[in-house]
This record gives sequence, structure tokens and C-alpha cells, in this order.
Amino acid sequence: MSVAIIGAGCTPFGRYHGTTVRAEAVRAVRLALGDAGIAWSDIDYAVGGSLSGGSADSLVSELGLTGVPFINVLNGCATGSSSLLSAVHAIESGAARRALVLGFDSHPRGAFTISTGQMGLGRWYGTTGMAVTAQFFALKIQRYLHEHDLPPRLLSAVAAKAFHNGSLNPNAWRRKALTAADIENSAMLVDPLRQFMLCSPGDGATALVLCAAETAKRYRPDPVYIRAVAVRTRRPGSFEVLSPSLSIRPGHSPTVDAAAAVFEQAGIAPAEVGLAQVQDTDAGAEIIHLAETGLCAHGEQTELIDSGATALDGRLPINTDGGCLANGEPIGASGLRQIHENVLQLRGTAGAHQVARDPGVALSHVYGAPGLSGCTLLTR
Amino acid sequence: MDNPVDPTLMDLADGRLRLRGGRCAACDEIHFPVGTACPRCGGDDIRVEPLADEGVLWSWTVQRFPPPSPPYVPSAAEFTPFGLGYVELPGQVIVESLLTECDPARLHIGMPMRLVEFSVPTESGETAVTFAFTPWEGHAS
Repeated sequence: MSVAIIGAGCTPFGRYHGTTVRAEAVRAVRLALGDAGIAWSDIDYAVGGSLSGGSADSLVSELGLTGVPFINVLNGCATGSSSLLSAVHAIESGAARRALVLGFDSHPRGAFTISTGQMGLGRWYGTTGMAVTAQFFALKIQRYLHEHDLPPRLLSAVAAKAFHNGSLNPNAWRRKALTAADIENSAMLVDPLRQFMLCSPGDGATALVLCAAETAKRYRPDPVYIRAVAVRTRRPGSFEVLSPSLSIRPGHSPTVDAAAAVFEQAGIAPAEVGLAQVQDTDAGAEIIHLAETGLCAHGEQTELIDSGATALDGRLPINTDGGCLANGEPIGASGLRQIHENVLQLRGTAGAHQVARDPGVALSHVYGAPGLSGCTLLTR
Repeated sequence: MDNPVDPTLMDLADGRLRLRGGRCAACDEIHFPVGTACPRCGGDDIRVEPLADEGVLWSWTVQRFPPPSPPYVPSAAEFTPFGLGYVELPGQVIVESLLTECDPARLHIGMPMRLVEFSVPTESGETAVTFAFTPWEGHAS
């Protein structure tokens, strides 16, 4: 427990009108600095990234030319986790005292366009209609429901929970609660996933301020401690997005490795987790990731979801701010949005979407192309 | 037949379409399409061999919205939904493939499938042959 979060800032996610991704990134930094009660000139290490919003370090022209080392990170959906890991290492090594971590992004409407060349795939894969990430999520949950004998209705239940939580979160993009019936009646897009079971690429910005744990209470009485951060890439036999073939010798997802690493590093058991934000690119991903992170056994999701355990007033609230389903997915900002939410929940300041039971441990998890995952464990 | 959409994907052997797999000489893992190195162990001694043209459906979906175009060749106006899945070729590899069937009532995991030629439009406005799997009615899995 050597690094703490003393500031967190997040601006509303969604589709930017009348503002820009750069302006929102700067605003998120100022919110995080204000939350920590320090100035930009107090930051001696900055790190962050964005897939489509520009270079994070170029924002110094608006934040102030302090000469701070500012590292750009681009690591897909794990951009936020990787930036956080870099800042934690800088503080632990003594190279930095107060670090800023920033994630922001802005994507065009509609499904992500995949560059087959950049992903190491043949051109044919794109021209024949197979370079669509939503297909992977559909194929993975289709197989998962079959293997673990789970009812497809869980997908609607997960999505309804996301939109309920989003309706209580002033920063969420989708703020209208939807019933399971509303979701069941939305258009089927990639069987078994319907329109409201898939998140949309969108816009967002989030920033955090970190310092050494032993100095944290100088800044605020309620610091949140980073107990472990881990990023992992895939190992043989895992089932990953944009895979023209899979091994017949199955292996597990990088999520399993990243989650196991944070629990081991922190000396915390999955059963101690009081709430979690897990990657819900689609409703099926939340179901799968509950088990892959170790929060439940494979097949146990039916009981967990049906019993209400994953709701805000349950024993294991999941995606308490509405997740990607209600917030959209700005790649660079999404992982840090999860951390921001866990910080608010551990402080007890999440407002209308505060969980009912006082949490002590919060997990966050991201997963993305081409098969990487990042997990973070926070405690009060 | 038309030109293949990518000549590295498949061969016609004895008049039958066969996918070209890559077997790693070091660890015996088979991958598709043939790459320069083994995705399991990184070994670079890869032997090309024809893959089985029969298998079982491992997972499936139906693509019901137009994929971003480009890279997808048909425009949104020309789009029609299509089936897509993974087919397990027993003892070899699980291959991602277009399916000739897009009716969910006629697709289920574990059903027997066989390899067929499938015509697709190309960026130059012609057609090319790619591969697809089709339900193999009457064949016990």
C-alpha cells in the first residue's frame, strides 16, 4: 500500500457538442487537481493517453508550461490502467512525488473501424465483413452461455441494471432507465446481442492525482489506496477479438491473469471485494468477466444476478456508474472512469448511485483488443 | 472458379476447396491462415497442410448491421445480414468463417458443417471466392 489517490476528476461522458475532447481533458485535470487541493505546478510526473483525441502531453500548452515529464501511453482499452501503472511505478521508485494520470477520447458514431493491416490481419478479413469487434462479443457470449448453461435473459437483466445505475449518475451518457422488456424489444444486432446490450464508442475524459501513501493524509482525510495494478496480454489458447482461428487447446483469458495478479499482489481475496467495475462492452462481457476476475464461479452468474447481488443494494454491486453500457466507450478514458467511480464509492460520496453496503475493497477491470486486460484493486 | 479473395487462404486439391493451415514443427500447434510464426510458441518452422473440410459449429452469430465500409466491401445500401461462426475441425484448429445460413433457428452449437466456396464482391467491383461453412444436413455429429 505505497501509493494513494488524492484527487479524481471526471467530466460528463457522451457525445461532445459545444466543447472539445481537449477542453474536456483539461477540465478533468483541473477537477482532479482541485479535488486534491493542489496546483498543476505541484505535479512532477504526468502520464496519459488517448486513441483518437490527440497526444496527452500536448495539453501542457493549456495546463501550463512547468517542464513536467509527461509520458504518452497508448494501450487500447488498457490505456488508463497502463498509465496508472506507470505513475505508480514512478512514485514507488521515488522518481515522482505527485503524479497526474489522464485519459480522454472522442470517437465517431457507430462501430469502431478496424485497420486490418495494423492488427496483423489479411485484407480479406475486412473486405468480407469479419473485422467487427461486436461479432467477437457475440460469439464469445454465445459460446459461454452454451458451455455454462446460462439463460440468455441474463443479458437483459445486466443491461437494465446498467441503465438504472446510469440514470442515477450525473456524468453518464445514457440517463434514461430501461426495463428488461425495453431491452428485449430493441433490435437484434449480432445474435444474441441487441442494440441496448452493446455499448457505443463515445467521448469522455477522466484524471487522477496520486502521491505516496505515507503523505496522502496531508492532502485529504480520506485518501484511497492503490493496493495493486496489473496489465496482462494474452497467452496461448485464449479466445480473443479479431481471431481468424482459435486453438483446440483452450487457455484462459488475459483477464484471468490480470485479476489473479492483483489479488496476489494485494494479499486480498476475491470474496473481500465490496464492489467492482468490470468491462461491459456488451452485457455478455459483464457476465463472463464476473467469473474471469474470480468474483464468482463459472455458471454461478444466474444466481448472482437473479438474487440482486450485483445491484447497488446487493452484496456485490457491479458497474455502479452504469458501466460502458450507460457511459459509452471512449477508449482512453474508460478505464480511468472506472477508477474514478471506485474512488467515489470508497469515499462514500457517489451520491444517488452510492452502494448500500459500506465497501472496503473495490476492483476495476478492463479488457480489449488484441487480447489484453488491466485490473486495479483499491481500498480505503 | 473466380480468383480467390486471398490466395494464401486456400487451395483447390483434387477439385475440392481446402483451407491452408500452418503446423508448427516445434509444438505441433495448427493455426489459420498460415503466418510466419506459431501463435503458441513463436516457432518459425511452419509447415503448410490442408485442413479438414468438415467440422462442427463451435459458436455462431448473425451480423445484422452493415459493418463499417471500408473495409467491408458492400455498401450499407447493399447490405444483407449474414451468418458468422467458428467451426471446430476436430484435432486441428477452430476456424472463424462466414456461414451460408443466417436463420438462428437453423444454427446450433455442435451441428455438423462442411466447407464450401462462397462468392464475395471485391473492391474492384468484381467477385472473388472466399470460404464459408454450410450446415451439413443429415450428417450425424
